[in-house]
Amino acid sequence: MNETSRRTLLKGAGATLGAAAFAKALAPITEWTDDLSMDGFLQKHYKELDRSEMEAVLRRLEAQTLDEYGAQVFIDDVRPTEGVQFGYALNLSACIGCRRCAEACHNENNHDRATNNSYIRVLAIDKGTVDLAFSTTTYDGAVPQRDKYYMPVQCHQCDNAPCIKVCPVEATWKEADGIVVVDYDWCIGCRYCEAACPYHARRFNWSKPEVPADEINPDQAYLSNRMRPQGVMEKCTFCLHRTRKGKLPACLEACPTGSRVFGNLLDPDSEIRQVLEHKRVFVLKEDVGTQPRFFYFFDE
Amino acid sequence: MNAHARSYPRFLLKAVGVSTDGSWVFYTWMTVLTAIMLVGVNAWAHQLAGGMGMTGMSDHVSWGLYIANFAFAVGLAAGGVMMVIPAYLYDDHDMHDVVIVGEILAIAAIIMALGFVTVDIGRPDRLWHMAPLLGRFNWPVSMLTWDVVVLSGYLLLNLHICGYLLYKRFLGERPDKRWYVPFVLLSIVWAVSIHTVTAFLFSGLGGRPFWNTALLAPRFLVSAFVSGPAFIIIALQIIKRLGGVKIPDGPMWTLIKILRVTVFINLFLVLSEIFTEFYTGGSHTASATYLYFGLHGHDALVPWIWTAVVFNVVAAGLLLAGNKERLWFIDLACVLTFIGVWIEKGMGLVVPGFIPSTLHELVEYMPNELEWRIVAGIWALGMMIFTLGIKVAIAVFTNRMQDTAAALPPVPAAEPVALAEEA
Repeated sequence: MNETSRRTLLKGAGATLGAAAFAKALAPITEWTDDLSMDGFLQKHYKELDRSEMEAVLRRLEAQTLDEYGAQVFIDDVRPTEGVQFGYALNLSACIGCRRCAEACHNENNHDRATNNSYIRVLAIDKGTVDLAFSTTTYDGAVPQRDKYYMPVQCHQCDNAPCIKVCPVEATWKEADGIVVVDYDWCIGCRYCEAACPYHARRFNWSKPEVPADEINPDQAYLSNRMRPQGVMEKCTFCLHRTRKGKLPACLEACPTGSRVFGNLLDPDSEIRQVLEHKRVFVLKEDVGTQPRFFYFFDE
Repeated sequence: MNAHARSYPRFLLKAVGVSTDGSWVFYTWMTVLTAIMLVGVNAWAHQLAGGMGMTGMSDHVSWGLYIANFAFAVGLAAGGVMMVIPAYLYDDHDMHDVVIVGEILAIAAIIMALGFVTVDIGRPDRLWHMAPLLGRFNWPVSMLTWDVVVLSGYLLLNLHICGYLLYKRFLGERPDKRWYVPFVLLSIVWAVSIHTVTAFLFSGLGGRPFWNTALLAPRFLVSAFVSGPAFIIIALQIIKRLGGVKIPDGPMWTLIKILRVTVFINLFLVLSEIFTEFYTGGSHTASATYLYFGLHGHDALVPWIWTAVVFNVVAAGLLLAGNKERLWFIDLACVLTFIGVWIEKGMGLVVPGFIPSTLHELVEYMPNELEWRIVAGIWALGMMIFTLGIKVAIAVFTNRMQDTAAALPPVPAAEPVALAEEA
């Protein structure tokens, strides 16, 4: 009897102590939960938000950016235009590997400053091969080198995109104008798409992106360059906050050699159509069947 | 029905009582596991606050130790089926008495697997986005959704089978075959499915030639039938020694015979993979070259994979040389091959799939201390679930945990209503 009650007492004490220890061990989590809001938690998928709900979300995100980054920004939900199918082509004969496209992307899309993130990687490939095993992204010094040619790689906005297939929650999809987007507020951060992409086009927010207030690009869109939350995927959107308003992608404007050609594939007079019809065009890793919207060509 | 409403809570309450009573060895073991879990929970809280960047992972190697352990844990769960098949399909009566060990292992391992996925995702607060109806579940296109379905299904199946059998025994009643045999047969097929789907998760990616092989699912299954029996062979001996129960030797020897076969099939499949990779050559062999020999001066995984190869080969030899007099040969083989398969499936398969990257960049990966802490915490959780499950099972099967209201003459506090209806 005494032995039993002593045991019960000890068990009770043990359980209390254990619960207290677990609470203490979990305590650092509050630093994270403080950043989360109930509205954000309950927010619906992009495709399920109606106009007024989307308005509320955009205003909340703007307020959040002001609060967290000290920057006044304007977040738009710019939609695809009927009769527009975007395509991008890159002239490998002209590209000199200066990486200004990558830098322009970094600034335009409010990438984390510390990691120098960008949606573009530029490969320097040995002349005489198309095997990426003979390439490097970490070259430095003067460009172009005589024995190299240069291949910038970004999202190919594939028509048969493995990243879309593998996403367990439909947080990534192809828009009507061909651009593959991510709902940063729906992504669970499993990184299956990052494993699936044959072009290493996707990036994960390993920590909360940090950008000084005065360097933040205030012209933002929900599906593109707004400040991304920690723990979600992101990717190149062909600068849809620009291109859907008739402007050109930031990487194209930054290119000093005119290697980049962007436009509407449905417009027979567009420069992109001229390239596709008259140049020696190829797509990267055609054998994996992804059907990219991003083309490479040589003009010599 | 009414009787169950009263006796089932009693069953659960007694199970809690049994799980918190034991020798000093038991209390020490539980304290150690709790301490490790606390360390893991604390590390995870830090990871959530600071972001996944606190791990050793990067955009180049975007899955690491967590997914490695996930793949292994799913295998361990499927491995338990190697007890269920002899017990139910071949009517091995001795195996039938201890088959619950395999089922409890399945429960513990599935919970571990789910834990490893949970700590790997960037936004666990958004897990509800996967919930059918509430969220958007990309089924049947995404293999990850298949994995969620088969893993939770397997967990429920095993919880039902174990729970039903233990509860009936607790009541002192014969279990009704209609309520568990169909579920057991289903669980056999289901065990194969969980590891097949987990392999498809990797092998379906055309951009990663190292994983993109039809041999992956068979390899996963066979190595599961190595790690599962290896774990149970050791567990049965520990249960016999510390649990105070008589277990016949038959089931253990059945598992040893199974292991003697699967360990060799596993080696054969690895050999087939190695041959195809290296005889063919070319850029698609870059990951395998990196793994086994190092590439361009990068060789972080080389010691891991050769440890796995040596452990698995030595284990195969020890298994053949071991017998009743030299049981320690077999025990050592189990430990070696358990570790060998763990390396082979994780650091030897998940990680090199990312190295070099799809653009052939060579960025290496090594798990850091935070990842090891979280992984240790989840293993401690799994071992705790396994220990407690076994403890309750032993108490029930040795009639130490029985419904006093039903099986024994009523003591003053017993409820006559329950007694009448259950009798």
